[in-house]
Amino acid sequence: MFYRESGQLKSSYIADQAMFPIAQDRWFVIGVLAVAFLVAPFFINEYWANAILLPFLVYALAALGLNILTGYCGQVSLGTGAFMAVGAYASFKLVGFFPELNFLIVLALSGVVTAAVGMIFGLPSLRIKGFYLAVATLAAQFFLVWMFNKVGWFYDYNLTGMITVRPIDFFGIRITGPEATPAAKYLFTLTVVAVLALSAKNIVRGRIGREWMAIRDMDIAAELIGIRPLQAKLSAFAVSSFYVGVAGALYFAVYLGSVEPVEAFDINQSFYVLFIIIIGGLGSVLGAFLGAAFIVLVPILLKNIMVGGMGFDSGMAGHVEILLMGLLIIFFLIVEPHGLARLWQIAKEKLRLWPFPH
Amino acid sequence: MAFDIFLLEVIISGLMTGVMYALVALGFVLIFKASGIFNFAQGVMALFAALALYDFLAEDGWFFAVFGFTLPVWLAIPATGLIMVVLAWVIERTVLRFMVKQNEIILFMATIGLAFVLEGLGDILFGSDVKPLDIGIPQGASDWLLDNFNLYIEQLEIFAAGTAAVLVVVLAIFFQRTRIGRALRAVADDHQAALSVGVSLDKIWVIVWSVSGIVALVAGIMWGSKSGVQFSLSLIALKALPVLILGGFTSVPGAIVGGLIIGVGEKLAEVYIGPMVGGAIENWFAYMLALAFLLFRPQGLFGERIIERV
Repeated sequence: MFYRESGQLKSSYIADQAMFPIAQDRWFVIGVLAVAFLVAPFFINEYWANAILLPFLVYALAALGLNILTGYCGQVSLGTGAFMAVGAYASFKLVGFFPELNFLIVLALSGVVTAAVGMIFGLPSLRIKGFYLAVATLAAQFFLVWMFNKVGWFYDYNLTGMITVRPIDFFGIRITGPEATPAAKYLFTLTVVAVLALSAKNIVRGRIGREWMAIRDMDIAAELIGIRPLQAKLSAFAVSSFYVGVAGALYFAVYLGSVEPVEAFDINQSFYVLFIIIIGGLGSVLGAFLGAAFIVLVPILLKNIMVGGMGFDSGMAGHVEILLMGLLIIFFLIVEPHGLARLWQIAKEKLRLWPFPH
Repeated sequence: MAFDIFLLEVIISGLMTGVMYALVALGFVLIFKASGIFNFAQGVMALFAALALYDFLAEDGWFFAVFGFTLPVWLAIPATGLIMVVLAWVIERTVLRFMVKQNEIILFMATIGLAFVLEGLGDILFGSDVKPLDIGIPQGASDWLLDNFNLYIEQLEIFAAGTAAVLVVVLAIFFQRTRIGRALRAVADDHQAALSVGVSLDKIWVIVWSVSGIVALVAGIMWGSKSGVQFSLSLIALKALPVLILGGFTSVPGAIVGGLIIGVGEKLAEVYIGPMVGGAIENWFAYMLALAFLLFRPQGLFGERIIERV
């Protein structure tokens, strides 16, 4: 009744190829963005920003990056954590070299550095496929994290081996470190994520995105119809790593403030992001957000219910949480292997007909 | 001369470590061969098996609390084996059955979920503290080798190598000579063709997961005796992965040879390259080594040739 595209006639190619051709979708996205930008900042507090919204946004961005590589181009990567580390350390060093540089430019440059590193580690993908490639990307994971931990130059030779963000002002507003208000951190991250998400939505439906999908579906056939695997695969690695690198820089500079490479960017981080895209839906921009919401919120919910509601001690609750997380993941994979994005799509299909049966 | 002895020691201890890696990799290969599932939970299965075994043997476990006595080693190992078989059956019934024909990455993710479940379950049931596992495997250096050849080699590692050799022979016979083994190979070759000649997929999967559960038990015993039963035991799965891609996902001898190459390469690199770059390179060296091999043989050393058709 409410969700129907009948009567929405397009009279120009621009309207026909709009990002959200159905008016209800368009208004929905605009509505969500409006609430996120205009309403949420007034209600945000320290807890909401640090426990829920910032991790949600950062992980959604990282998942978006991995989804470009794995969901759209079909190259499974287990090195996301390390690429996030590259972004984080690049932003740390860049801010160190050029303290006056606008932080948006720092973020973009961190993304570019990560993209370059990602392309280097993407080179084996031209020869190695499937799980062999997945395990090969673990080489990136372990090597990069080891390097950030061992080579003093990366952490400015300080004794703790950790990197801590310098206070950064963005057009006069403090966005990093303890003095920054939650609203400022949140709005900055949200802006970056929103812009990058809309660009991703556009990239994947353009020529490059279609090349990626052709490679994903069958690389030999794609090669035969004239898609260059070298360019397609490496561009997927580059774009994906760019996103992941920016996510890593935000993760370090805005969300956490100071990180220690072995813990913050270990292999579990890679799996975490992979979970997000599997639960959210492979090959879907929306899926990255739905998955991130699920993976960030469910543990908090479980913890609150168990520790607050049922009086478990926190050690036991941790074990039960892992168990339940595992069960939930298996359950979701059995019920809907195409992820939450697919459920959303089914809901929309149903809504189209509602309240009529046919 | 002293240098040569040292080199020999490094190589031998590398070989022995390699055997331990190969033990874990074997479990992966078995499951991948028969069902195409990349079972990430293999490491946690080894941990779980070791925890269960400890529970039967120790006086602070559930078994003692319920029955008031502990099992002798020769009974506890089959009992744990039984638990792994039951576990395989439960996994088949509750997870795998519903995931036939799914994309392989979905199956892989499901096994990571499974790893979480087993990890949580192991922690809840048995606690997360380090437990010493002692089932009477000789410890310490081998005196005979030390006296006669001046070589320092752990007895435990020799024992592990022997066990691995026996295990491989038994598995080879099982695969090549028995009826079930033939069915397993048929399933590995082609699921549908196997189904059409009357092989029951459900049964085969339970068997294969049981066998790899028992392999996990052996790996768990060896690693548990070496460094205690603790959570980090499940991380040896990460060590087994480069072994796996080096040898090829589908090859049992590949797992062994891959394990040996990785073990020796890692030890040599640790001794000769490690000090130059600041040490702790064993985390990534194996992966780089495997990656280098893969660039020349994308399917691993012994993997089936990848044939691609449009």
